Amino acid sequence: MANNIDAQIKYTAKDFTSNQDVRWCPGCGDYSILAQVQRSFPDIGKKKEEIVFISGIGCSSRFPYYMDTYGFHSIHGRAAAIASGLKIARPELSVWVATGDGDLMSIGGNHFIHTCRKNIDLKILMFNNRIYGLTKGQYSPTSEKGKVTKSTPYGSVDYPFNPLSLALGAEASFVARTLDRDPKHLQEMVKRAAEHKGTAFIEIYQNCNIFNDGAFSILTEKETKADNVLVLEHGKPMVYGKENDKGIKLNGFTPVVIDLKDGKNSINDCLVHDEKDPDAIRAFILAHMTDHAGMPTPIGVVRQIFKETYDEGVERQIKHITEKKGEGTIENLLFTENTWEVN
Amino acid sequence: MAQETEKEILDLSDVTIRFAGDSGDGMQLTGSQFSDTTALVGNDLGTLPDYPAEIRAPAGTLYGVSGFQLHFSSSDVHTPGDTPDVLIAMNPAALKINLKDLKEGGMLIANSDSFDAKNLKMAGYNNNPLEDGSLSRYKLVSIPITSLTSNALKDSGLSIKEITRSKNFFTLGITYWLFNRPIEPTLNWIESKFGKNKAIADANTTVLKAGYYFGENTELFTTRYTVEPAQLQKGVYRNISGNEAIALGFVTASKKSGLPLFLGSYPITPASDILHFLSGFKNYGVKTFQAEDEIAGIASAIGASYGGALAITTTSGPGMALKTEAMGLAVMTELPLVIINIQRGGPSTGLPTKTEQADLFQAIYGRNGESPIPVLATSTPSDCFNMSLEAARIALKYMTPVILLSDGYIANGTEPWKLPHENEIPEIPVHFWTDKENFAPYKRDENLSRPWVKPGTPGLEHRIGGLEKAHITGNVSYDPDNHDFMVRMRANKIKNIENDIPDLEVKYEQEGDLLVLGWGGTYGAITEAVIKVRAQGKKVSQAHLKYLFPFSKNTGEVLKRFKKIFIPEINLGQLTTIIRSEFLIAPISFTKIKGLPFKSSEIQNKILEVLGGSNGK
Repeated sequence: MANNIDAQIKYTAKDFTSNQDVRWCPGCGDYSILAQVQRSFPDIGKKKEEIVFISGIGCSSRFPYYMDTYGFHSIHGRAAAIASGLKIARPELSVWVATGDGDLMSIGGNHFIHTCRKNIDLKILMFNNRIYGLTKGQYSPTSEKGKVTKSTPYGSVDYPFNPLSLALGAEASFVARTLDRDPKHLQEMVKRAAEHKGTAFIEIYQNCNIFNDGAFSILTEKETKADNVLVLEHGKPMVYGKENDKGIKLNGFTPVVIDLKDGKNSINDCLVHDEKDPDAIRAFILAHMTDHAGMPTPIGVVRQIFKETYDEGVERQIKHITEKKGEGTIENLLFTENTWEVN
Repeated sequence: MAQETEKEILDLSDVTIRFAGDSGDGMQLTGSQFSDTTALVGNDLGTLPDYPAEIRAPAGTLYGVSGFQLHFSSSDVHTPGDTPDVLIAMNPAALKINLKDLKEGGMLIANSDSFDAKNLKMAGYNNNPLEDGSLSRYKLVSIPITSLTSNALKDSGLSIKEITRSKNFFTLGITYWLFNRPIEPTLNWIESKFGKNKAIADANTTVLKAGYYFGENTELFTTRYTVEPAQLQKGVYRNISGNEAIALGFVTASKKSGLPLFLGSYPITPASDILHFLSGFKNYGVKTFQAEDEIAGIASAIGASYGGALAITTTSGPGMALKTEAMGLAVMTELPLVIINIQRGGPSTGLPTKTEQADLFQAIYGRNGESPIPVLATSTPSDCFNMSLEAARIALKYMTPVILLSDGYIANGTEPWKLPHENEIPEIPVHFWTDKENFAPYKRDENLSRPWVKPGTPGLEHRIGGLEKAHITGNVSYDPDNHDFMVRMRANKIKNIENDIPDLEVKYEQEGDLLVLGWGGTYGAITEAVIKVRAQGKKVSQAHLKYLFPFSKNTGEVLKRFKKIFIPEINLGQLTTIIRSEFLIAPISFTKIKGLPFKSSEIQNKILEVLGGSNGK
């Protein structure tokens, strides 16, 4: 019966909307991300009191205020660490991290890679706008080399992180990318992450219309999108283009674009996406596809593998040791074998 | 002839013994085994392990010397002893470093095998001190410990390296015989520790017995000593270190509050043992998270606290510095959390294995903004248990982070601890808010505490964070008046705790000329010093602060009852500064910052000086 009652809870996007005024700049890509998350959540099968959003500092980190779930707006870079503690203490909760490229990849980089490595069951939504917005426009660890910003008036001289590659290298068990301006795809990715057990990382390309406007316009504008975005689908050949006329083929370890209309190549020559591939090599090739000129940007689930999560491991050990030794009491704790009595 | 070899048994009331050798010689193990056995035979005791930061410093070097000092007695023990009566030197370097501390006429047991040309040179000796008469002021007992160990194990089939490694058990055997202690507790320990490696277990057993029988048969010792059991209070006892007592204290607090215990921590000397102990308590539901860094240690604990756990983080000075920002978050979000700092020598990496009390300012003042956090300090190894419970109680009742200060000396030192029974330990009541009707995240109760709501509670979804909170609603607020109100509110909440902690107690006369005021790990040395000064007929009182912020409510009034306040500290006078600024009085400060605890004689001499020359009054 209890299950039937649970099943009757049917949320709408509005149920996930808090009473706080949203204070992002008009036109910010964050609005769309918020809307898509709110639209997806009725479908993830969680009661809203079981959902917690934890964030760090930055524009993206205001996100928890606008979600009518439990929320914690913490300090710069530490969201993943705080979320880890919460998830380990309360494994039954659905714990989400809302963060940005500065918060997660710069000041929080250490927490990010170790969360992935430990496979703590967190859902990490990283809004990547390739700029520091809240501090008014310095370059970020995902800004392209040569970026001219307030702190790099002659162009930055350092190289950006590739977030997907970093997550894959840190052994995240779910790695995906999506776009703020592709609502349906963004919703699908959010739902996929919600279903996953283990660290789920979604890089969301997000437009900062104030400090880095148009950073992703080639991927989001109607005229250019189809020819520059490759939508990954598990088990499907990698085909893209306005008329589905282009495919991706592997030339050794190097991906190349093939023309599906020139009569020399067919869809059978295209690489078939296998997100569950236990070998990470092809996922890395996808993550690095845009290193090569003229290649499209892949979006979708790059990799999903299944392994015990950290929090599951903790519970398993506690259960096992408790079965073996019995539940501890204060008397057992204090009165051990190395005691003596004074009469 | 028989009469000549008959060994005299001499009753002593009080012995201090120091084991010293290379950091790889197993002196810490030897010392802790001797301590545990000594505790089991009923002596009161105090210990001081003193070891280098290097795990295996090059053999024979002065900086690689590791020592373990133990003071045991048939009456109350307050310190690990000022000057050893017996020094065991396993090599020339150990002799060189430690001889200056040995009591005039004290016994020196040396492993003569290690006094070879190479080791003597490394220790800076031109001649062999065991042979050149320079040690005539001491009772020198030269024993070829290495070769006697090898003889005992010649048929064991073990490698020379493994055989040599057993020599500390020979030393232990000699000292067990010398001080009339049973070897069975160590035999049992060997069995449980090395049971799986029978060859090593057998070797250690053989060598321990060989050392013991050597003492009995050799003519080098003419006297054997006994120290009668101390008149301890009736009860069941256990020898305990400060770090172990902290671990036990928080597991007990977890049981008494009904909350699961979560430790977020990153390994750091001398705090790591707490992580080690707690990670073994899985059947008590304890979750330990060895985080990627100090910041994640505290951040994960904050997350666990937000989730409704009893959350703690353990560290030492450099780690405290890293955790500072997150402590501010716990202040702003008003979540219960205990931060445990096992102080060590600073600044920076400083002296990782040495003790100090120099993080008091850091604990009380070391955060951005007006960021009040209660600060408690432990005074002895067993007191760590009580203060852990107290830190947990305050954190949970007042929804606040609490800093618990211990130090390397208390953390690694041990003493016999009379175990409390479960029903003697008070419950720690905790209330999670579940009422939908009257809920506001920053509405306060009579203690000015905000409600604790576990995520998962239906209908109470809300947001908290590090931005300034509006009174009652907890919404983000930049309103100037609200900020002023909330800053004062947080300060008042913590100040208010003074009404809920015990008064500062004064030992001996309640008013008079001189009060010796201490805090933390100096308790033993001060206590001993005051007892000795009073034995000379002089009037000195003693008080020890366990609550450093806020102070017990009567502190100012207590201090005003004495003409002079004398404060010994292992820093440059941090408590003195605070007392001066809080109470507008001028205490006399006595400081020493050598990485070592005070000797009680140092404090004793200083008290006499303060009382007016060496004649006292």
